[in-house]
Amino acid sequence: MQVSINTTRRSLIKSAVAIGGLAAMPAWARGVSHGPIRQGFDEVSGRVIDLAVGEGPIAVAGRRGHAFAVNGSIPGPLVRLKEGEPVTLRVANRLAEDTSIHWHGLLVPFQFDGVPGVSFPGIKPGETFVYEMPALRQAGTYWWHSHSGLQEQAGHYGPLIVDPAGPDPVEADRDYVLMLSEFTPLHPHTIMAKLKKGEEYFNRQKTSWTDEYPLSGADRRMWAGMRMMPTDIADVTGSTYTYLANGHAPSDGLEYLFKPGERVRLRVINGSAMSFFNVRIPGVRMTVVQADGKNVRPVEVDEFQIGTAETYDIVVEPTGEAHTIVAEAMDRSGMAVATLASRPGARAPVPPLRDPVLLTMKDMGHGSMDHSGMDHAAMGHDMPMGEMDHGAMNMRDTSTLPADVKVGPGLDMVSAEPIDRMGDPGLGLDKIGHKVLTYNDLSALEPNDDSRSPSRSMEIHLTGNMERYMWSFDGKKFNAVADQPIRFAFNERVRVKLVNDTMMAHPIHLHGHFFELVNGADRMHQPQKHTVIVQPGGSATFDLTADEVGDWAFHCHLLYHMHAGMFQVVTVASPEGVA
Amino acid sequence: MRTVIAFAIVAVPVPALAQHEGHGQPEGEKPVDHSAMDHSQMDHGAVAATSGGPVLQGLKLDIPKPPEAPPPAAAGSGPPRAADAIWGAEAMRESREALARENGGMTLFWVQGDRLELRSREGHDGFLWDIQGWYGGDIDKLWVKTEGEGEVNGPLEDAEVQALWSHAIGPWFDLQAGVRQDLTGPERTHAVIGVQGLAPYLFEVDAAAFVSNKGDITARIEAELDQRITQSLILQPRMELGLSAQDIPELGVGAGIDHFEAGLRLRYEFAPEFAPYVGIEQEWKLGDSANFARLEGEDPSVTSVVVGVRFWF
Repeated sequence: MQVSINTTRRSLIKSAVAIGGLAAMPAWARGVSHGPIRQGFDEVSGRVIDLAVGEGPIAVAGRRGHAFAVNGSIPGPLVRLKEGEPVTLRVANRLAEDTSIHWHGLLVPFQFDGVPGVSFPGIKPGETFVYEMPALRQAGTYWWHSHSGLQEQAGHYGPLIVDPAGPDPVEADRDYVLMLSEFTPLHPHTIMAKLKKGEEYFNRQKTSWTDEYPLSGADRRMWAGMRMMPTDIADVTGSTYTYLANGHAPSDGLEYLFKPGERVRLRVINGSAMSFFNVRIPGVRMTVVQADGKNVRPVEVDEFQIGTAETYDIVVEPTGEAHTIVAEAMDRSGMAVATLASRPGARAPVPPLRDPVLLTMKDMGHGSMDHSGMDHAAMGHDMPMGEMDHGAMNMRDTSTLPADVKVGPGLDMVSAEPIDRMGDPGLGLDKIGHKVLTYNDLSALEPNDDSRSPSRSMEIHLTGNMERYMWSFDGKKFNAVADQPIRFAFNERVRVKLVNDTMMAHPIHLHGHFFELVNGADRMHQPQKHTVIVQPGGSATFDLTADEVGDWAFHCHLLYHMHAGMFQVVTVASPEGVA
Repeated sequence: MRTVIAFAIVAVPVPALAQHEGHGQPEGEKPVDHSAMDHSQMDHGAVAATSGGPVLQGLKLDIPKPPEAPPPAAAGSGPPRAADAIWGAEAMRESREALARENGGMTLFWVQGDRLELRSREGHDGFLWDIQGWYGGDIDKLWVKTEGEGEVNGPLEDAEVQALWSHAIGPWFDLQAGVRQDLTGPERTHAVIGVQGLAPYLFEVDAAAFVSNKGDITARIEAELDQRITQSLILQPRMELGLSAQDIPELGVGAGIDHFEAGLRLRYEFAPEFAPYVGIEQEWKLGDSANFARLEGEDPSVTSVVVGVRFWF
């Protein structure tokens, strides 16, 4: 089915008829019309799929904006594919500007990866680009989005599921998608400009004379002395964002129906531009069964943090009449909400937002000074500071940096002791009182296919300057290294350590590959991911087998960080020696 | 004597700068020596207990780290052009340039009215503007600054405009150099060199030295600090210090500290871009400048009640 904005009216009539005829489209997926661009999504499948990128007005929870939409809805349609089968995806550009679709997490020939300037020239206005995908080599939950400009923020994204060729190891009675994202009436370029010009523009939780943060005067002076803010958790916040579940604002009342006793699979996709979410279902234990499309050994948790561009599949067995699914923004400035409902209209209480999060010593790169084993509460303050004169700490000792890190105005902090933080549950979740997922909890369900030890290691520093809103790898913005990619030999196995020299968490995404988190699991069961959160002031390490030939984007998936320069090209040499 | 003062003036911003860039901490304070701490007594197993995960972190330490090395020869060393072989170099060129431009190479335009205010001072009503703006990227910018004041229904007392090239010299400071043109009084053009940026403890600092076409050397240091009372209500102390290496009688400027201003403004940010304020400002002329003022029949010490607006876009 091909729907463009021009035919929205007709398709609305069609879907109205379809609803009247009790169509197969489930209620959670079906769009509810609030204007020319629908909220919610249809499903497209088959060997040939048509997608049309259009634009138009949208209204979300009473606020209006201009949006880019694929097949007339936000999110765009759920693209449902089958492992082992080829697919042809035809993308028509009905915009006045270039567009593209990147198939996030899909292993595809690099020329169909969909990154203008890296994989292909982009899709010109009026043009239809045909992605010819050979037989798919994977199954799982993924998503797709524009890689052109800042279109992703304006609605150009959608879910993607590849059904396994054989039986699914995850058994469930219901199979739902929960795609988290944001709506803002602001133009994405306006947001970018405000971030560049008005430092911490969107933060409405700054420290003040009247705040109630557990910070001593000494703490406050220390932060001011560093010219940084302990509340610098998210760059763009609920001050402009309405957080969305499948395109729906909390007030829309998105619901997933179940019968008590059923196993419900929720495919949680963070399709946001800039937000990490803390996901929980009060009263319901969640079993994580898949991360970034790869099945993992089931882990029971009460809550998990999902970084931008990550996916987690969970299975729940709800028993009550209704349960609220809470996806709270990491800085706690808002939440996306949906309901597991045993009957239409059933509702459970929505918990209030929890207290805003503050950064700690660990987040400043002084990891070994933050000994979680100590009872800091007994010391009379929540955070391990104040006893020492931390204002005296050197926050930018560049002597510890590798030679290939450029020291300049784009680097405002160096982590003095960056410890591995893959055992951390995420900002604000370390003292929450219930089980929160960490990367160290993950292990692959199926053994990995490469048992070799890495032959070399490399370190990449995540660098930034909050005040100037500059972001980069190794102190060099992409525009400075556009012709100096990160190089791998074909089939080379490399251990990559990402060191975060900033006070923000970065979800780092490598296109075209899965890497294995070095998280303490045995080598054959290191979990495979396409995106890894590197916690502030800490490090994360993965093993990569560079077995997909071509040029691949490698970037922070926070859209405005990428756009500010935290982007690189990874090139995997062809075994034939053709560059 | 003049030379000595001139050196002192020029030197003012420089040590401050070196300190900020080099250490990010006040001088005289030592960094914490982590090696001196005894970590062996701490229970690192407790880390896993608080985060709830299995005790895995220790295991990682046992994995031998492979050598850090450059990529093998098989990784190639030419430019990244894999897509050219498929789509053609010409087809790729435009999007490749756009990608570099969009991912880190953007330029912006910013204008800020830091102070646009009416001032009531002992029966005389005056006005003042202090506007600055830039165009450019992260490192290099063209700055334009203008400020001036006068009496309502009266003549302009002071007015100037500066055009400066600005270059980032560290995470928080820009070096600025250019020209200043005075628009009132005896015609004067100045060469300008200065620094502008964010000092530790979040002071916004703008310090500049001026050499005029008459050979006069002067300097100006301004500092502001935002004290957030609530998310929208902000108290801003501000100080300005004027220095001169010599008497300039035709301008009423005396050698040494020419003038000192201290202000306190309370603004309310209806939006971060738009904030009206009220405040009070005290100005003292000092030394010979005070004498020049008295000769003109002016009071060298003036208190003003101000009301104005701060904006940017």
